[in-house]
Amino acid sequence: MVESTMFTPWEAIAGGCLIGSAAVLLMWSMGRIAGISGIVAGALTESGGERSWRLSFLAGLFFGAIVAAYFSGALVGVQSVASMPVLVAAGLLVGLGTRMGGGCTSGHGVCGISRFSLRSVVATMVFMASGGVTVFVIRHLLGEGV
Amino acid sequence: MSRLIVLLAGALFGAGITISGMANPAKVQNFLDISGNWDPSLALVMGAALMIATPGFFFVLKRQRPRFAEVFALPTKKDVDAKLVLGAVMFGAGWGLSGLCPAPALVALLTGAMPFLVFLLAMFGGMLVHRFVFER
Repeated sequence: MVESTMFTPWEAIAGGCLIGSAAVLLMWSMGRIAGISGIVAGALTESGGERSWRLSFLAGLFFGAIVAAYFSGALVGVQSVASMPVLVAAGLLVGLGTRMGGGCTSGHGVCGISRFSLRSVVATMVFMASGGVTVFVIRHLLGEGV
Repeated sequence: MSRLIVLLAGALFGAGITISGMANPAKVQNFLDISGNWDPSLALVMGAALMIATPGFFFVLKRQRPRFAEVFALPTKKDVDAKLVLGAVMFGAGWGLSGLCPAPALVALLTGAMPFLVFLLAMFGGMLVHRFVFER
């Protein structure tokens, strides 16, 4: 079933400002890119100090999300839109694809574009287009129930 | 002190993802579905983040060094190669299929719903596949 959602401009702008501020704060303090795919991958595979700052960031991410969810109710009713087999395939694609492409929505889409990185501009256009085509195929060509 | 600042940066990031509604996969899929019931929220999230990060990075990167580190660890690759494009195609496909990318998937895990854990474990698997295929 396709769940329609409301356009929420103020929440979107407020959230985007927080995300941008977080990226600037991490660059100012640690000189690091706030790319979540890279931070998660590093937390899994690095050791020592390279791992520990990433774990601190991720702990903060959960903490901030819990506080924000408590006051905003933004996670109420949030559920998966895909079946288990599709989620496994999607997770593998996101994990491998973000590592091959060197970033995700945050690393390329926010941090890279704001530094005018050509690689990030290209990557963002490509993953937006690829995501758009994928949703078009599953919703409008294959129909519901994928 | 540095750890507290990093924790704070993470907290701002997590709060931003949550408040923006991006942890809801339906909103993300509806953003990608331009020919359906389009929800442009994600564009404003990214636009607002860029409005802060673009001037923010401009001033921060003029400094000699970060406050708590020796150097700014910026990506060194400059060229657009096939691996970048193929990776972005794959990421976009997974993003479209699930409505999930890494940060929102972590936040969505807080709902306690099993599907988000399954997605994240598969994502970790995909990252480890990269490590053992490309980084050896």
